[in-house]
Amino acid sequence: MSLLALERVAVEGGGRVILDVEHLKVQPGELLAVVGPTGAGKSTLLRVAHLLERPARGRVQWQGEPVVWPAPLETRRRIAMAFQDPLLFTGTVAENVGYGLEVRGANRAAVRARVVELLELLGVGHLAARRAATLSGGEARRASLARALAAGPELLLLDEPLASLDAPVRERLRGDLVAIVRGQRLTCVWVTHDQEEAFAVADRIVVLEAGRVAQSGTPEDVFFRPATPFVAGFVGAGNVLPGRVEGSDDGLVTVDLGGLRLEAVSKLQEGASVVVCIRPEEITLGRDGGPEHHSARNRMNGTVVAVVTRGATTRVEVECGVRLQALVTRRSAAELGLETGVPVWLSVKATAVHLIPGQEEAC
Amino acid sequence: MIPDLVEVIGLSLGVSGVAIVISMALGVPAGIFLGLNRFPGRQLLVTLVNTGMGLPPVVVGLAVFLLLARSGPLGGLDLLYTPSAMIVAQVVIAWPLVVGVTLAAVQGLDERLRLQILSLGASRWQLYWKLVQEARLSLVAALAAGFGSIISEVGAVMMVGGNIKGQTRVMTTAIVLETRQGNFRLAVALGVVLLLVALGINWLFTRVQQRGRA
Repeated sequence: MSLLALERVAVEGGGRVILDVEHLKVQPGELLAVVGPTGAGKSTLLRVAHLLERPARGRVQWQGEPVVWPAPLETRRRIAMAFQDPLLFTGTVAENVGYGLEVRGANRAAVRARVVELLELLGVGHLAARRAATLSGGEARRASLARALAAGPELLLLDEPLASLDAPVRERLRGDLVAIVRGQRLTCVWVTHDQEEAFAVADRIVVLEAGRVAQSGTPEDVFFRPATPFVAGFVGAGNVLPGRVEGSDDGLVTVDLGGLRLEAVSKLQEGASVVVCIRPEEITLGRDGGPEHHSARNRMNGTVVAVVTRGATTRVEVECGVRLQALVTRRSAAELGLETGVPVWLSVKATAVHLIPGQEEAC
Repeated sequence: MIPDLVEVIGLSLGVSGVAIVISMALGVPAGIFLGLNRFPGRQLLVTLVNTGMGLPPVVVGLAVFLLLARSGPLGGLDLLYTPSAMIVAQVVIAWPLVVGVTLAAVQGLDERLRLQILSLGASRWQLYWKLVQEARLSLVAALAAGFGSIISEVGAVMMVGGNIKGQTRVMTTAIVLETRQGNFRLAVALGVVLLLVALGINWLFTRVQQRGRA
């Protein structure tokens, strides 16, 4: 039985549908990441999941039982949420962390013990007596997470828990947070606009697009087999191109991209409209010799039209009938002498060419 | 003279003190309610509150006078020319100020704070109380504004209190009386005392406010 289930749930506001979820279940003990761009409905989804916002339509179930609105306080208290902004109250860190227990009528000794335990767990035990207003961004975020965890929620909702933190602080907090969620076997819905963060932490990923679930699946599914061009773009597929299946033979199809033919592993029929997705890191790129020396089924020649280096990687755009992006290491780019106008060869395995059927016009 | 002065100061503080307590007790919940909820007619209520914040005290005095006069709807209560009538008039003056400042304070809080408080398991009343705590610096300002407006007010208390010696004479009405009688030194002395009382009370409020900020 799922902990929380949303069925045909719609939330409206300002004359438009903000959230329109056909089915969404949160299973006990799972870490579900909800990703999507700004305005996709992620925060609205959290408010509904927290039973703080009644949907205009649909049904919300908590542990198999339909939620009666307004949601009973006892049910609401089994869920806790930490926002992107720590929103700490005036007072000390300890007072903040103990608030959830105080409103539940816990005695002072129990509150104090739990506050110490949680602050230690989040690595900020030494901050208990500090005024919340004096904390740094990372410390405040940890205090806010300790506050959400203090009452022992059965469902933890995290709204962009790592956003706007410096990279090293973010990395450390991410590791700590995942360890706590896993260690305490918490059920967690982790909302983020950062797909890399979602892939790093989640058991399952839900991609929201304009209030609707564009795809729900394991990180591998979403990463390698995006269901729509939007998802493909959002997860950084890089090359998302319209095409048509020209021929099909024993699980292998030839796709015409209007200037380039590629082979892909698929059972689609001849004539089918598709969107072709190839991750840039799946494309091998070279200068010496030729693609014929490579074992991949798709081999072509082209000319470099753009080179963008960012950190340790270099994104190379190649004109080869269509424009394809390849991702190589910075060192490889330097060793190959990749720059605009340089002739190169490319190769990509048929298994790395993902086809989204019936989506040509969406591209 | 001194015992009279002490009595006048005591009555001033007593009437205005009770009035501000009543105004806060009625005004803070009303301000929070208006600040947090959206309903038909809310805009009209907010406009009325804003208008009430600038009500001329003498008009308030007239209205309360007509209400409490023997022939008025509440004449049977026999409150006219008593400290109670003065308290009623001062509540009518201070209440909109308290509501207005509370409303602004609640609206000035981060909207997500309400969700955050609820998400930690607060009931509706616990939410309101937490919001009061978070807005307390502004509420002290409401207290100071409300008290300042009534301790220094003369028109309304004169009309409904009657400035009766030993019964309804407060500092402001005593100043008016002494000025009319040509006792300027006494009037000035009373004025200085009124200023000192106002200063002392505002100093206290400011201390509370600044300690809350720390």
